[in-house]
Amino acid sequence: MVNVRINGKDIQVEEGTTILAAARMAGFDIPTLCYLKEINEIGACRVCVVEVEGEDRCVISCNNTVKEGMVVHTNSRKARQTRKTNVKLILSQHDYRCASCVRSGNCTLQTVANDLNISDMPYDIQPEHYDFDKTFPMIRESEKCIKCMRCVQVCDKVQKMHIWDVVNTGARTTINVSNGKKLTESDCTLCGQCITHCPVGALRERDDVGIALDALENDDLITVVQVAPAVRAAWGENFGLSKEFATANRLVGGLKKIGFDYVFDTVFSADLTIMEEGSELLKRLPEIKASKKPMFTSCCPGWVKFLKSQYPDMVTRLSTAKSPQQMFGAITKSYYAELLGVPPEKIFCISIMPCVSKKDECTWDGGKDVDVVLTTRELQRLFRAYYINPAALDEVPFDAPLGAGTGAGVIFGVTGGVMEAALRSAYYLVNNENPQPDAFKAVRGMDGWKEASFELAGQEVKVAVASGLSNTRKLIEAIRSGQVVYDFVEIMACPGGCINGGGQPIHEEGTHIQERANVLYGLDQHNNLRYSHENPEIIQCYKDYLGQPLSHKSHELLHVSYEAYEKYNI
Amino acid sequence: MSRLTIITADKKQLTMESLYKDLERRIAASPPGLCPVDLTCSFIKMCLAQSCGKCVPCRIGLNQLSQMFDAVLNGDATLETIEIIRTTAEGIYASADCAIGYEAARMVLKCLDGCMDDFLAHINEHRCTCNSDQPVPCVNLCPAEVDIPGYIALVKEKRYADAIRLIRKDNPMPTVCAFICEHPCENRCKRTMIDDPVNIRGLKRMAVDNAGIVPIPECAPKTGKKVAVLGGGPGGLSAAYYLSLMGHSVTIYEQRKKLGGMLHYGIPNYRLERKRLDQDIEAILSAGIEVHTEVSVGTDISLKEIKEQFDAVYISIGAHTDKKIGLENEEVANGVLSAVEMLRAIGDDEMPDYSGKKILVVGGGNVAMDVARSSMRLGAESVNIIYRRRKADMTALHTEIEGAEAEGCGVVELMAPKRIEMDENNNVTGLWVQPQMISTVKRGRPAPINASMEEQLIPCDKIIVAVGQGIESRAFEEFGVKITHGVIEALDSSEIKDHKGIFAGGDCVTGPATVIRAIAAGKVAAANIDEYLGYNHEITCDVEIPEAGFEDKVPCGRVELLERDAMERKKDFEPVELGMTCEEGCQEASRCLRCDHYGFGVFRGGRIEKW
Repeated sequence: MVNVRINGKDIQVEEGTTILAAARMAGFDIPTLCYLKEINEIGACRVCVVEVEGEDRCVISCNNTVKEGMVVHTNSRKARQTRKTNVKLILSQHDYRCASCVRSGNCTLQTVANDLNISDMPYDIQPEHYDFDKTFPMIRESEKCIKCMRCVQVCDKVQKMHIWDVVNTGARTTINVSNGKKLTESDCTLCGQCITHCPVGALRERDDVGIALDALENDDLITVVQVAPAVRAAWGENFGLSKEFATANRLVGGLKKIGFDYVFDTVFSADLTIMEEGSELLKRLPEIKASKKPMFTSCCPGWVKFLKSQYPDMVTRLSTAKSPQQMFGAITKSYYAELLGVPPEKIFCISIMPCVSKKDECTWDGGKDVDVVLTTRELQRLFRAYYINPAALDEVPFDAPLGAGTGAGVIFGVTGGVMEAALRSAYYLVNNENPQPDAFKAVRGMDGWKEASFELAGQEVKVAVASGLSNTRKLIEAIRSGQVVYDFVEIMACPGGCINGGGQPIHEEGTHIQERANVLYGLDQHNNLRYSHENPEIIQCYKDYLGQPLSHKSHELLHVSYEAYEKYNI
Repeated sequence: MSRLTIITADKKQLTMESLYKDLERRIAASPPGLCPVDLTCSFIKMCLAQSCGKCVPCRIGLNQLSQMFDAVLNGDATLETIEIIRTTAEGIYASADCAIGYEAARMVLKCLDGCMDDFLAHINEHRCTCNSDQPVPCVNLCPAEVDIPGYIALVKEKRYADAIRLIRKDNPMPTVCAFICEHPCENRCKRTMIDDPVNIRGLKRMAVDNAGIVPIPECAPKTGKKVAVLGGGPGGLSAAYYLSLMGHSVTIYEQRKKLGGMLHYGIPNYRLERKRLDQDIEAILSAGIEVHTEVSVGTDISLKEIKEQFDAVYISIGAHTDKKIGLENEEVANGVLSAVEMLRAIGDDEMPDYSGKKILVVGGGNVAMDVARSSMRLGAESVNIIYRRRKADMTALHTEIEGAEAEGCGVVELMAPKRIEMDENNNVTGLWVQPQMISTVKRGRPAPINASMEEQLIPCDKIIVAVGQGIESRAFEEFGVKITHGVIEALDSSEIKDHKGIFAGGDCVTGPATVIRAIAAGKVAAANIDEYLGYNHEITCDVEIPEAGFEDKVPCGRVELLERDAMERKKDFEPVELGMTCEEGCQEASRCLRCDHYGFGVFRGGRIEKW
């Protein structure tokens, strides 16, 4: 233990504690800007400076550790002035027209500048300009970039994709796509982790709300909205709503208020995915066992993009089943259009997703199935623009018949969930009886690479689950080198799965990922239906329309061919 | 009003003088990876501030250049801008009245010619990627990329054995390098911005002197692959060490009686004690390496046989043949010998007796100093080093020249050897030399020309020629290995084109160079041989590096290593240099600015934990 005195208060902290952590333990907060625990501890912004007695120069608190007997002042004149000067310098290169920024109100720079009571600027404002393709699902506004390097570090360390890099030197040092590429030419998976770790509005998703509203106001179109599982775990955040209050049904209430014609649940099509993918697994199992090569889940577009660019020879190991988002679109524009008695062109399909990559996925087939994708954050902005008071929303059920979902479909939004749901139904398909609903809970949890094995059809089925692309790469390399052999592998590009997707609400720090996971597992636990194959609307859909899983019709609507993957400009 | 006044420096002048010194040191410590366009742009601005403003080319031209460089850097320039820059600079060079103008223009032209790719990157892609992935200057400049801030921090904490472990991750010869490394790591040490570079080699010496015997890490499980290393010098030993750690079975074939190559047969004991060299060699061999000494490839065993018996071969034969000056009688005269011959005999403990002899040494490199100082120790009556340029142009380390002079060796500058004078028995009696005068710069160095003076005869009993070494390439050439300009042609991966499984590196590829470059070549070869054999073994070190402190860095003198008194040390071959005291070592280690933690190093490249 080390004894330190911070702002006159004596405390004991463990050796190796940063000055920042020690100060916070002692009850004194220090502002930070570039700092991201364990990811970006590089002291670039120099905002977390403190004064240490005996030292002439200020010391940054985020990556220096306490020393025995050290006396720290977090708010001395020198510390305050230095901090304030640095924030003003950052502002001098930042387009702080906050009123027109998507991050206004949730911007670390804005908060720090306000907190420090910065009201005058001695410097000319000279934001850096760089022409960026604003039609791409992810947009970088260099005018707002504060060169904190978080995006570079998240992409390097968490995702190991090295999409972003530092370019130029001296005053012109900035961030751009590595190897001189444009983002559209790069291997970016659009996971959006750089967006959710950007402290300002320099990185954001393309805002497609206008497209959705155009459709809403077009009398010739019927707007059909689907809401992904993970959205319900997070949409109330930043509105100050509790998890208990911000239910999926209140979200439906809000969407109905805006005027969308039908609001359905992607959990329905998640269940449909399980029927198709689970059946596919059983069908492919003999080949999987013989070749010792697994089948991969295909519901995460970031992952599919990753595989296509990094290991193109393994694309044939993907399940051919479309993702729930795409299955929903396909079913809506066929089965549901028939039910409504309207031509499919009249249906405009809108997805609310926790994901930026989904904006790309819906274009792979030319936009046939899904017309527009909004992230959870765009949904929040839409609510605000319509002056919907989320705290006053009533619970409204999803529309039928594409609105019913099982607990198995809900947990699609969290790492391990697709695997667990698939195993529940695969077990049924083989044994003609249900397993215990929690029989496969070994695949739950936030570990980046999990494995388990279960008995299915009299043989051992080895499964693995990975989330985050760095973990994914490790797993794939291990498969390729023969170190591991799995039969079925679930991958989600974002660490923790869709609950932590790149389209979700942004928080500087906190425990939101675990809380969101708890919401989804709670919904599973309390659902009367916990097996995809028991979803009555799924049963009906097969009975009336699809026939059975892997039928000709299913293949036509719900599966893709590998040739299509080749053809897709992923 | 006085007719004349005494000029004294006022505060402003003193301040400016001090700022000039600051700038000199700052430029000396320029970090790796800077953008040449950006830097030259700021040089132009400084040149402009030096301009008196009298003449058009300098006053206006430099200003225009500066603006055009800004345009390039801002991405506002076109290819035409480059042409305008060139025409403008050529005009300034051709017409500026004084050096402030035309030398500034020359710098611009030099930058254009040497760094066009960077201009084009800015113009075409509106960016450059000059930021180095290895921003720690000492690590960047160390050919073996040794974790220097790491081991300095360990020395500071007196964790000497850990320092050795850490160094061995990248360089298995810490003791050798502690004594004789040319320490390129110190060249751009950021500490120079404050006062002087950290004495890095001195701190390594501190570690090796105090660490005791440090066991090497355990070898990986046996792979069953066999690798032959031809030549047991520093490069071969390093490759053998890492390949053994990776689990391969390594056999070294060494032509001489002892391992060590030039470390044993070139460097005299007073610079690198044999027993200290042996400490490194013993540690390396403890990895389980098979050694065959006195085996000459080409005579005792053919490369073809070796290739058949082993899965991979590393050629690290060094450069052990001598070069001649090319004088008449050089080959026939008794008493003319090469540095290589002399030092090799000493290496095999065959000490010649130079008592009462007058020795002339021809050459200006480190080897010339080694033979001069050794001659002195062998009892020579006088030793003179003949060099055709100036002392300042000698390639030997400054400290080596100083050491030789302190021990009584004379340096005869600006004298070009012409003819060897012999008696009737062909014994050398003197060397005719032509006085030289230093003149214009050619290929970057001031070149000597004949001075209008008579040839002189310098009487002597022996002439020792130290004008460079070559390689013994015949056996390899016969096998089909390509020799270009007297050295083996190998790729930067150490592979030899069209000869799968044969690798080469060190002096035999680069020509005579430094020990650390040979070690680095061995390391590179080990990694690529491992890869070639189908493995991806990682070399790591689990030593935890002490955290960097944040104390203010106040200017502080650099601790230099002391030497034994010259009059004493010249009588024997015992080591010349003395180590630091513990007190000195701690102070010197704390001068390190920890670029692994401060600056770009904390973001990228600060620590390479494995290779």
